[in-house]
Amino acid sequence: MPFSLILSRALSALVTLFGVMVVVFVLVRVAPGDPISMMIAPGATDADIAALRAHYGLDLPVWQQFWIWFGQVLHGNLGTSISMKQGVITIIGQRLPATLELAIFALAMAVVWGGFIALVSTAWRGAWVERLIDNFNGIMLAVPDFIWGLAFVLVLGVLAPVLPISGRSDPSIDAGLTTQFYILEGLLRGKFAFVWDVLKHMLLPACALAFPLAAVIGRVLKNTMMDVMVQDYITLARIKGLSSLRILLQEALRNAAVPALALTGVQFTFLIGGTVITERIFSYPGIGNLAIDAVINRDLPLIQGLVLTFGIIFITVNMLVDALTVWLNPRLRHA
Amino acid sequence: MTLIEARNISLDVPDMSHQALIGQRRKLRILKNVSLSLKKGETVGLVGESGSGKTSLGRCLLRLHEPSEGTLAFDGQDITHASPAQLKPLRRRMQMIFQDPQSSLNPRHTIGSILATALKLNELDAGETSIAAILGRVGLPASASRRYPHQLSGGQRQRVGSALAVALKPEFVVADEIVSGLDVSTQAQVLDLLKGLRDEMGLALAFISHDLSVVRSLCERVVIMKNGEIVEEGLTADVFANPKTGFTRTLIASIPLPEVRPGWLDQ
Ligand SMILES: Nc1ncnc2c1ncn2[C@@H]1O[C@H](COP(=O)(O)OP(=O)(O)O)[C@@H](O)[C@H]1O
Ligand SMILES: [Mg+2]
Repeated sequence: MPFSLILSRALSALVTLFGVMVVVFVLVRVAPGDPISMMIAPGATDADIAALRAHYGLDLPVWQQFWIWFGQVLHGNLGTSISMKQGVITIIGQRLPATLELAIFALAMAVVWGGFIALVSTAWRGAWVERLIDNFNGIMLAVPDFIWGLAFVLVLGVLAPVLPISGRSDPSIDAGLTTQFYILEGLLRGKFAFVWDVLKHMLLPACALAFPLAAVIGRVLKNTMMDVMVQDYITLARIKGLSSLRILLQEALRNAAVPALALTGVQFTFLIGGTVITERIFSYPGIGNLAIDAVINRDLPLIQGLVLTFGIIFITVNMLVDALTVWLNPRLRHA
Repeated sequence: MTLIEARNISLDVPDMSHQALIGQRRKLRILKNVSLSLKKGETVGLVGESGSGKTSLGRCLLRLHEPSEGTLAFDGQDITHASPAQLKPLRRRMQMIFQDPQSSLNPRHTIGSILATALKLNELDAGETSIAAILGRVGLPASASRRYPHQLSGGQRQRVGSALAVALKPEFVVADEIVSGLDVSTQAQVLDLLKGLRDEMGLALAFISHDLSVVRSLCERVVIMKNGEIVEEGLTADVFANPKTGFTRTLIASIPLPEVRPGWLDQ
């Protein structure tokens, strides 16, 4: 990719991020509810309240508050959480790995499952297998992630408790890890029993997040596969004597994957958005769950920091997808 | 000696415009009772309007479509309902050159890798020199093997299509409107190439075209198709000299050039 293109993409990403910061900053301040009213003790005087407002800088005009915050952000300082009395960066740094591991695990599940059903239904197109998968996929697509989550909690957690439905790992296990990347660090340090326990805790929330995405990937990939399968180069591959499996994987999939990939990127950002409710349902200690607490407590610095974090994740995902698309397409790569 | 023989072939496809609520989709018959045979080294022109079933017939002859009725034999072997495994050893011996070389070359593979896969699958030498020789034979530089399809011109892509077909040393080739997208001088070059390859290798050639002037210069026999049926067939010279049906007469009258000397390509 030419350097100027990368540069312009990066610039537009920064502009987007700035826009997000402005909008969120203003929104949380005009929305009803006040962080101060959440923290005052009974019997506090008006003077106490005014002093608290001044302490958090909430007495200044909104635009002035914004520039102060923006200057802090540029210096890598997201302020202090009002409700948790800790640095926002510290709090997010502790919770983010849990969400990243959950989202990536869910994404991997969705890609594998979606890719699998697309390939199977393309291979057996016109047969009952295709119709069965299409119908099944329709159901998966129609049910949103939080309904899956609630259903899993009810069925697999309460009625037939086969899997954990709360938390990230069994609190009685102390793996003695130094980072919050439980799976990554656990694997690197060979603590497989612990990783297994973490995966079991992750499985249900990840399924809830992955099901709708798998259905979207499966449907789009199958449609593009069907378009590709009638191309002459597929016929040519048959004439050359390639086996059906190799035609599917080697000739068709790479061409069909590009449109599906772009869509997967967009849908993955929805999945990350879905972690907010899903983490809540499974009491999973990630930034999604944290965001709900922050909103309930009107913890303005924390809300701002979280939105900024989500914004950075979304923009990174989009840039990665763009880069992958170019890399997979020789027509763009050699442009 | 008959190489390929189709007898009373019909082909049904699912009718996409008609969605049945229950059960099978309605069928659409796109080839009706077609019989055609080719001897070794013989060239037959398949002519007809767009949508008359020329491509479908060509694909049937290569057993890319399974005929719904009738029989199909290649080199004495009945392949009407042969399985992919049974067809595999025959695949190399019957090839196709496509109408649109843009869509017949996978955009994600280089020319060299497209050729190499074809050669390797059929246990032929896929070395660099062998690929360079094949490209050379169709008038392309050896450097073309590192190019992607979109980096070649239309005429060059069509040469790659021919290169692919002949690299496998087939006995039967279906050439489907291979010059219709090219300008006149490139057309002449590609046709010239095809002629040379045919004569050199003793190919049986089914040459599909809606352009009668080209067919006249290339084919000993011609088959005129309309609505999935053969309406007239015979030696090219006879059909041109006295067409039996009004349809053929109209086709001849619609030849774009006022008059073409037979053999203009040889000069
Ligand atoms: N897979 C298919 N499904 C439905 N109709 C088809 C299919 N393939 C071809 N046809 C139809 O069959 C007819 C003959 O097509 P074709 O063999 O491509 O004609 P030609 O090559 O002479 O233009 C056309 O009307 C076309 O729409
Ligand atoms: Mg055609």
